[in-house]
Amino acid sequence: MDNRKPIISIRNVYKRFGGSVVAVDNANLEIGEGEFFALLGPSGCGKTTLLRMLAGFENPTEGEIIIDGHRMEGVDPNRRPVNMVFQSYAVFPHMNVLKNVGYGLRVTGVPPDETQKRALEALALVKMERFADRMPNQLSGGQRQRVALARALVKRPRVLLLDEPLSALDAKLREAMQLELVRLQHAVGITFVIVTHDQDEALSMANRIAVMESGKVRQIAAPADLYEFPNSRFVADFIGKMNLFEGSVVGAAGNNIIIEVKGLGRITVPYSGSAEGTVGAAVRPEKVRVDHSEPGSDRVKLRGKVTEVAYFGDESAVFLENATGVNINVNVPNDARRTAAPFAIGDEMWISWNPADTLVLAE
Amino acid sequence: MTQSATMNAVAEKRVQHPDKPLPLEYLRKRWLQVVLVFGFFFLYFPILALIATSFNEDKRNIVWKGFTFGWYAKAYENDKLFDSLMNSLQVGAISTVVSTIIGTMIGLALYRYRFSFKTPFESLVFLPIVIPEISMAVAMLAFFAMLGVPLGIFTITVSHIAFSFPFVAVVIRTRMAGFDESLEEASRDLGASAWQTFWNVTVPYMMPGIIAGGLLAFTLSLDDYVITAFTSGPGSTTLPIQIYSMVRFSVTPEVNAASTVLIVITLTFAIGAMAMQARTEKRTVKKNG
Amino acid sequence: MRNWRKEVEAFLVLMGPGTFWLVAFFLVPVALIWIYSFLDRGPQGQLEWVFSFDNYVRALEPIHLGIMWKSLWIAALSTALCLLLGFPMAMGVAFAPSRWKNFLLLLVALPFFTNLLIRTYAWIAILRTRGYVNETLGWFYDGITGLFSGGDPNAFPAFVPIEFLYNQYAIIVGLVYVGLPFLILPLYASLEKFDRSFLEASLDLGASQWQTFFQVLVPIAMPGIIAGSLLVFIISLGTYLVPDVLGGTSSEMIGTLIARQFGASRDWPFGSALSCLLLYITFIVLWLRAVGAGREAAGAH
Repeated sequence: MDNRKPIISIRNVYKRFGGSVVAVDNANLEIGEGEFFALLGPSGCGKTTLLRMLAGFENPTEGEIIIDGHRMEGVDPNRRPVNMVFQSYAVFPHMNVLKNVGYGLRVTGVPPDETQKRALEALALVKMERFADRMPNQLSGGQRQRVALARALVKRPRVLLLDEPLSALDAKLREAMQLELVRLQHAVGITFVIVTHDQDEALSMANRIAVMESGKVRQIAAPADLYEFPNSRFVADFIGKMNLFEGSVVGAAGNNIIIEVKGLGRITVPYSGSAEGTVGAAVRPEKVRVDHSEPGSDRVKLRGKVTEVAYFGDESAVFLENATGVNINVNVPNDARRTAAPFAIGDEMWISWNPADTLVLAE
Repeated sequence: MTQSATMNAVAEKRVQHPDKPLPLEYLRKRWLQVVLVFGFFFLYFPILALIATSFNEDKRNIVWKGFTFGWYAKAYENDKLFDSLMNSLQVGAISTVVSTIIGTMIGLALYRYRFSFKTPFESLVFLPIVIPEISMAVAMLAFFAMLGVPLGIFTITVSHIAFSFPFVAVVIRTRMAGFDESLEEASRDLGASAWQTFWNVTVPYMMPGIIAGGLLAFTLSLDDYVITAFTSGPGSTTLPIQIYSMVRFSVTPEVNAASTVLIVITLTFAIGAMAMQARTEKRTVKKNG
Repeated sequence: MRNWRKEVEAFLVLMGPGTFWLVAFFLVPVALIWIYSFLDRGPQGQLEWVFSFDNYVRALEPIHLGIMWKSLWIAALSTALCLLLGFPMAMGVAFAPSRWKNFLLLLVALPFFTNLLIRTYAWIAILRTRGYVNETLGWFYDGITGLFSGGDPNAFPAFVPIEFLYNQYAIIVGLVYVGLPFLILPLYASLEKFDRSFLEASLDLGASQWQTFFQVLVPIAMPGIIAGSLLVFIISLGTYLVPDVLGGTSSEMIGTLIARQFGASRDWPFGSALSCLLLYITFIVLWLRAVGAGREAAGAH
């Protein structure tokens, strides 16, 4: 979080439905002012419930939510310093674009001329000024989303909440909007909190990500930290791909930990935490090299037979099977022009990686 | 570096919150609860009071004197009442059968075929449903008078069919809206004729709608007063007509007993129709999802 | 959907009986009274085949115009009262937690299936001079005066029951009672499908509950509101049983006026004219509604 002042504090928050369903299980996190923060996880993990608790549409069963220094218990949604962009956008069908954007100002008593001025400014921010007179049913999905954004931003909230903002858009539009949202956030300078199930979105847009599963917050970190140093099998598997081996801790040496993995031998990995007993040892596909000739002893290595090669243009995914039955997935960049596959199916190859790239997964 | 999930959370005591109503939980707002209770009381008190008096010993029926079936016995022995019930059932039976057949055919035709005058025709079919009953009642009276047809069971039944079958058509058409055409196509593909397909594929699907429509037609016929009043003659009184003339004279526990019987019959058929609709929806959902 | 020409036989078989019934036993009778509306009435009450607009002119006489006007405002008032009570009820059911919803809906729909006559005359026992309302009022009155009378039975005048029955107030109560399910059910259907996120968005943007209700909920739910209201209005306008049973001799509405022409007054042509007028008004209201719905659909493009 660097030196940012926390603008949202979630402390020991639980949410139970009907006594038995625990949607949010002891969530603790802080979001800094001006951050682009993502709540990431599979469906049903509680991320949307947590977002709605921030907005005021759900109440925590236990715990505290503090926004901009004020406790939010008992505070209605219309009096919180946050605004939300809903998954369906919820652009009012019976008002034109300008009236939609100005709605939040009108109902709180802002005079008409100021409302109009600020609404037009907000529309300019999302590049929708030309559409001020249009009715929502004349707009495309992406355009309606911009209107929803402008409508929320015109209120100058301290925090903007976005519920799955890109899920309804097609692939090309999604890419464009990812950049657009980041640009917008920089331009406006306020805190954004988005909920998403798409790891690519979270990794590319957010300053920090909280990965959630079954109501629990599993890990909170910046994208690169999350990707390179996942703290659990779940996080390692949810974000990106990995090759997982079972191992056990046999010792420690300074900042390193020594793991014994069947078929791989002993691996020394830089590791800051403490772990013992059985652990998972994993390596990401892009960190692995495949060679015909045997690599040096400074690398973790094993033999495997190529079972499949999937071509993706910029890279190829190569699948190999080890003598012990373990399947390895390797990404081989197509860094030189070639039309033939780099390896033939059935080839016996050497698979290797730098031991420092090993992920140690205690949970 | 990463933050682990269990950071040094301040060791505060766990703060429990009372279950405050959410913004959209309208039903938890006191004033709405009051309105709802008043509304349901308003809806049910008249009927329940009426039913209660039919069991009350006291004829003057405000004060509760004791429980009795006496009024029902009296109503049962009342020849005019009993005959009118028989008439109602007779008219109802015939009307139901004919309305269901005609209505099903029309409903099916409206679902299946495209034709140039379809929209005006549809509006026409639904007219008897929308038109004020008194207008239709006097129209039927004038019609039969002009033709010189004496008013009686026949004229009542004909009129009942006229306003019932559009309802059946609506039910059938709604039912057919969920029909998977490829079932018929599969049947033809497997070698069945159009007629066989109709009986073995289409009709079984329609059946819940037919039954629901039939039950609806029966309750409509049984309950009708206005149109019946204008198309009935001496000796062809139906139960509602008889109840009306008794009510005109005085509201007695005996007539309330007769009314209660009518309510029970109608509700049984209505609930039956609704249960049928609900069951078929569940089955269709299971099939498709 | 198939073209009928491809299956002419089946088409004719399916359409035949229904069309016949519709024409013979609906269109023809209605056309008949339309014709009758232009005829004249002879001295013994028989039909005189002299064509004129006399009946319509007569229908517009002050006395009859007064009755039509009264029917219109009674229908309008009843519709308004139905909305006042029925809208919150529809809201309550539509936004109820799912385990309550079906039960509440059933509770609203059940009275709908009870016989109209029974539902109407049930109010006699409630509204008459010795009915439930007056007895309860009298009980309260006696209780309160008893408190202040100090044992003297003649201290206060005796309770005079209020005439609730056999006037237009009884009719209005009856119409609201009969119309309530007709309003709640379509309104419920419309509110049930209502996208909750519109309401949440409005609250999130700073609006109060009442602002949300009037500026977001009502405008978007308007089609359902109008559908239910028009239904209640048309039913109330053409009602016959309610004024007949509850209205007494002094409160006449179009329905009872028409019935009288075919009964005691033996003036079928006039009654037909009135009947047709009622039909015209009904059609105009329906047409207005169709135009409104069409304009909305056009706006959705």
